[in-house]
Amino acid sequence: MSTTPLYSKLQKILAAGHFGVTSECGPPRSCDPKGVEEKARMIGDYVDAINVTDNQTAVVRQCSLASCIRIKQMGYDPVLQMVTRDRNRIALQSDLLGAGSFGINNILCLTGDHQSFGDHPNAANVFDLDSTQLVQTVKKMRDEGKLLSGFELKECPQMFIGAAENPFADPFEIRVSRLAKKVAAGAQFIQTQCIYNIPKFKQWMQGVVDRGLDEKVYIMAGMTPMKGVGMAKYMKNRVPGMDVPDDLIKRLSGVPKEKQAEEGIKICIEQIQELKEVKGVKGFHIMAIEWEEKVPEIVQQAGLYPRPKVD
Amino acid sequence: MRLSYPTNVKIVKLPCSGRVDVVHLLKAFEDGADGVYVAGCLEGDCHYQVGNLRAKKRVAYVKDILDKIGIGGERVAMYNLSAGQGPRFAEIAREMSEKIKQLGPTPLRKSGGSAKGVKLTPGTTKEEAA
Amino acid sequence: MIIAEPKPIDEIIDSLKDFNRILVAGCDGCVTVCEAGGMKEVEVVASALRIYFKQAGRAVTVDEISLTRQCDRPYTAQLADKIDQYDAVLSLACGVGVQFLAEDYKNKPIFPGVNTCFMGGTEEKGLWTERCQGCGKCILANTGGICPIARCSKRMLNGPCGGSSDGRCEVNKDIACGWHLIYERLKELGQLDRFETPTDPKDWNTSRDGGPRKVIKEVSRL
Repeated sequence: MSTTPLYSKLQKILAAGHFGVTSECGPPRSCDPKGVEEKARMIGDYVDAINVTDNQTAVVRQCSLASCIRIKQMGYDPVLQMVTRDRNRIALQSDLLGAGSFGINNILCLTGDHQSFGDHPNAANVFDLDSTQLVQTVKKMRDEGKLLSGFELKECPQMFIGAAENPFADPFEIRVSRLAKKVAAGAQFIQTQCIYNIPKFKQWMQGVVDRGLDEKVYIMAGMTPMKGVGMAKYMKNRVPGMDVPDDLIKRLSGVPKEKQAEEGIKICIEQIQELKEVKGVKGFHIMAIEWEEKVPEIVQQAGLYPRPKVD
Repeated sequence: MRLSYPTNVKIVKLPCSGRVDVVHLLKAFEDGADGVYVAGCLEGDCHYQVGNLRAKKRVAYVKDILDKIGIGGERVAMYNLSAGQGPRFAEIAREMSEKIKQLGPTPLRKSGGSAKGVKLTPGTTKEEAA
Repeated sequence: MIIAEPKPIDEIIDSLKDFNRILVAGCDGCVTVCEAGGMKEVEVVASALRIYFKQAGRAVTVDEISLTRQCDRPYTAQLADKIDQYDAVLSLACGVGVQFLAEDYKNKPIFPGVNTCFMGGTEEKGLWTERCQGCGKCILANTGGICPIARCSKRMLNGPCGGSSDGRCEVNKDIACGWHLIYERLKELGQLDRFETPTDPKDWNTSRDGGPRKVIKEVSRL
């Protein structure tokens, strides 16, 4: 796939041809040091790397970098999520240098949800760069050893560079081209938006394979188990860019309320099994939102445990 | 049909209620009217398609202003009726007069205020304009 | 043009209530076209102010005028022979006009009568929409004549983001996704290949990020 050096455990596992498994943990909305630790301990041995969200949905939380350092110090491999909404290129590069100094070596470059969704809708936004340009920036720092200004770095961040892609957003026709663009910018792995509409995802994946992009970038399928029919309806109607088919809502509604969570996990596992067979899918990104305790079960039952060991 | 309606209603005839602008309604109040109403055609029956709908929006706009400048939005109103509804015309005149009587005279009359102003053009002095 | 909208009359009253001789000054430029601060709006605001002062028992003068442009000194100078008769001016021009009057008549308080919003055009009667943010380095040649800086809520240069749905923006269904528009237009022009090349980080130095800006056209200078 790529001839670049192997920077992180996640990259090594993917490069060795194993399915990669990542999950995420959202930091707490306080200074509590235990929140992230507990979540990381819960999932740490079941995944290859732990994403830490960066003020997701534009709600103020403990910063991603601090939480990544904490996770790194616990012996796990964090994926530093960075959005361009809140910081300009000065702050972003500064954080990347800081992350590099702690040996953090996975990054996920995002533009970020608009602040109007969050707890500070009257905030000014930044958007000095967009996600693609952040990918370019990290690549430049890593491969050329230079800041965007051209300043030469003595020590460069050693990052396995990731980006997100939503196969379900519109216009659908350009979703593959957009992936190609992110790959051209330097993205090495992709974590997708939560997948519920499997046929549509397969259609997108076919486009990715047809273009040979699956040979250039590791696609990790985004999975989020549904806790119940309420969550499914919320995701369908309220979350931008989410594609939740009616069949899934019907299936969840078909079981008693107290069994819906269990059914949600079952669906998630079935979908992982199905997606394992799809050409180009190289791993899974399991986003169990405020439900991290279910990650071990999903990973085990999906036949993704134990996780491979690499040096 | 000889119908009577209150003599305190001064009628300003226009070809269409769509000709009524915000400033016309305000000027009437500025000059001391206790109440103003626009009588337009029935909705959907405007000869010019939407003249009466425009008037309705302007009346609403003026209502909001009157609420904020100490006059009260209830002193302005929009009515819709057809040219053939003579008795309804008289009834509306009575209804509006009654409502205004209950509200009492415009606050302008008893306040003793005398705010005034002229329209100037860049080339003329205030004295010339006055 | 510069698009503005009238300030609520109660906010205007609040800033002018302590004055006795007021001039309401409109502008015949952009704010006339967007129906926020031309002669017509001057008449409305002045009349409303007079009614307010009358009912409050005050003998206040509220005169009306409109200048060709308040952003041009030859026209702001037309107030020179009149301004002494007033103790406050309510300018219905955009923020530029208000500031020009304030600079030209240093001892006179000048109040804004409109909220200046953006650079845009008339979409339909009574509806104005944004088109340009004045970044100082136009990229419309590369984006099918549709500006992602003004029309993408995240001013992305490599859009659309993952929140675009049915051609609408994630921020609000009333907002068209700027990048969806760009895509449709590039498709129409047969230039979809432009989608595959990443656009580098932009130099925002010519935007407001570089500090207050000026444009000098040497050949036009005296």
